[in-house]
Amino acid sequence: MQAFFQFTVEGLTIGGFYALVALGYTMVYGIIRLINFAHGDVFMVGAFIGWTVLVTLAGTHLPIVLALFVALATSLFFSGALGVVIDRVAYQPLLAAPRLSILITALGVSLALENGVLLIYGPGFLTYPHLLGTAGFTIGGVQISYAQTTMFVISLALMFALYLFVHRTFIGTAMRALAVDQDAARLMGIDVERIIQITFFVGSFLAAAAGMMEGLYYTQINFYMGFLLGLRAFTAAVLGGIGNIPGAMAGGLLIGLLESYGAGYISSRWTDVFVFLVLIGVLVVKPTGLFGERVVERM
Amino acid sequence: MKPQAPKRQPYGTLELGLLNVQDLHVAYGKVEVLHGVSLEVAEGEIVALLGSNGAGKTTTLRTLSGLVRLRQGRIVLGGEDITRLPAHKVVASGLGHVPEGRRIFGPLSVEENLRLGGYLLRHDLAEVEKRVHASYALFPRLAERRHQLAGTLSGGEQQMLAIARALMLEPRLLVLDEPSMGLAPKLVFAIFAIIQQIRAKGTSVLLVEQNARQALRIADRAYVLESGRIALSGPASALAADPRVRAAYLGG
Ligand SMILES: Nc1ncnc2c1ncn2[C@@H]1O[C@H](COP(=O)(O)OP(=O)(O)O)[C@@H](O)[C@H]1O
Ligand SMILES: [Mg+2]
Repeated sequence: MQAFFQFTVEGLTIGGFYALVALGYTMVYGIIRLINFAHGDVFMVGAFIGWTVLVTLAGTHLPIVLALFVALATSLFFSGALGVVIDRVAYQPLLAAPRLSILITALGVSLALENGVLLIYGPGFLTYPHLLGTAGFTIGGVQISYAQTTMFVISLALMFALYLFVHRTFIGTAMRALAVDQDAARLMGIDVERIIQITFFVGSFLAAAAGMMEGLYYTQINFYMGFLLGLRAFTAAVLGGIGNIPGAMAGGLLIGLLESYGAGYISSRWTDVFVFLVLIGVLVVKPTGLFGERVVERM
Repeated sequence: MKPQAPKRQPYGTLELGLLNVQDLHVAYGKVEVLHGVSLEVAEGEIVALLGSNGAGKTTTLRTLSGLVRLRQGRIVLGGEDITRLPAHKVVASGLGHVPEGRRIFGPLSVEENLRLGGYLLRHDLAEVEKRVHASYALFPRLAERRHQLAGTLSGGEQQMLAIARALMLEPRLLVLDEPSMGLAPKLVFAIFAIIQQIRAKGTSVLLVEQNARQALRIADRAYVLESGRIALSGPASALAADPRVRAAYLGG
């Protein structure tokens, strides 16, 4: 039982990362019906920007907390901007084109990002500064580090902030409206292209937060890290019901737990088999995912 | 941001109505469906645009709103050339559009739908709230259902919501695309009464209808669109008496 709780703590921590990335998949799908294959790579770029800032600041005498904050802010902002640029350059011109064109373009953007980072940073693993101590506390024999707690709280806070943004602001309401009916949204005076850009910014921003936290948590990053994580996060989005924001949050946490239990009770080599079996199982029983009966409308 | 008063521009030698549409040509792909539609709406008028299914009424309205690109022609609203404005800017110029089939945001609440109607006023939340409450005064049914999802409203209520939503910015011209479609006769009557109220408050109306009898009853003038061309136009009473209109649109 103690092991179970230990796996749960671990699963929720990484599940938070998956959830943050899954949100970007689901929001973009919700508004333009695009599976943004490049999204996992934005997560990766976020990790690299954060690494770069942290390594640069390591030479100065900035307090660690401040350095982390600067790195996080820089990474989130520039990754958000990257999302906007990707949308402007690669996707907007193709919104009226057949769906296949834009899907292939998304694959192209994904490759471009991976190879761009490969070119600049090389193929090997980079080591994140070891900033997170292993200090923590123990409840009933279950060890929980402060780092895990902090990251889980940050993930939840970001998700909650997103929820408020989408449901309590004009821009968020406009997002939900244009997910339902773009032309009707235009008739409200909503600049649809701009709202789509904002959606890309927010999605990429969240992915970068996950990227940096993953870097800090596992301390190893690589240009290819976005691929597998992106796949799992996408799976989380589908599991929750793609297009559905609470679904992506729940799906992400669930995938994190499955991965952790799978690795703990079976073997980490079987993790993905386990995760995808569950996905297939859910989709067979409920093709629209756990939360998404009418996919688009549940954003 | 209030819809601003447009820059007045001298425009030919024409007497300027509120809306001035000249020689509209519109195509879907290679197929032209509007072949030179011209029409006018004067300040304070209710103008009906009639025509059978597929004549091009919806296309005309969507072109006015900037949802459909035109090949040729000119659209002037209140002295401002809005011909090539994107849809979201046309709204700011004072054109409210109640689209065919209502197109309310079903998964959003009634109140959220109304607030979105005031999207361009989003930097003045107090004003938005004020106008939402003004809508409730005009449509008490919506007040009762404000927290309900719009998709759960009845057809008539949805139509009222679509109209209230389009009125949030206090447009100079309200265009309505078949607001009576699919409604029971009693509701049709209510909707037409509301349209008259809206005009009485100073908003001009361009009304697309298949229900020609009702439309001609409340309209000042009317146009008849046939296969993408204006076939007839004139005072509503004259058109209602015209044998061609009676035969084709009023059931003899
Ligand atoms: N999106 C579209 N793509 C292609 N053709 C269209 C489209 N919308 C309407 N049409 C065609 O344009 C013509 C006019 O349609 P429409 O404006 O909807 O007429 P109405 O509103 O008078 O019934 C019809 O022949 C219709 O088939
Ligand atoms: Mg029509």
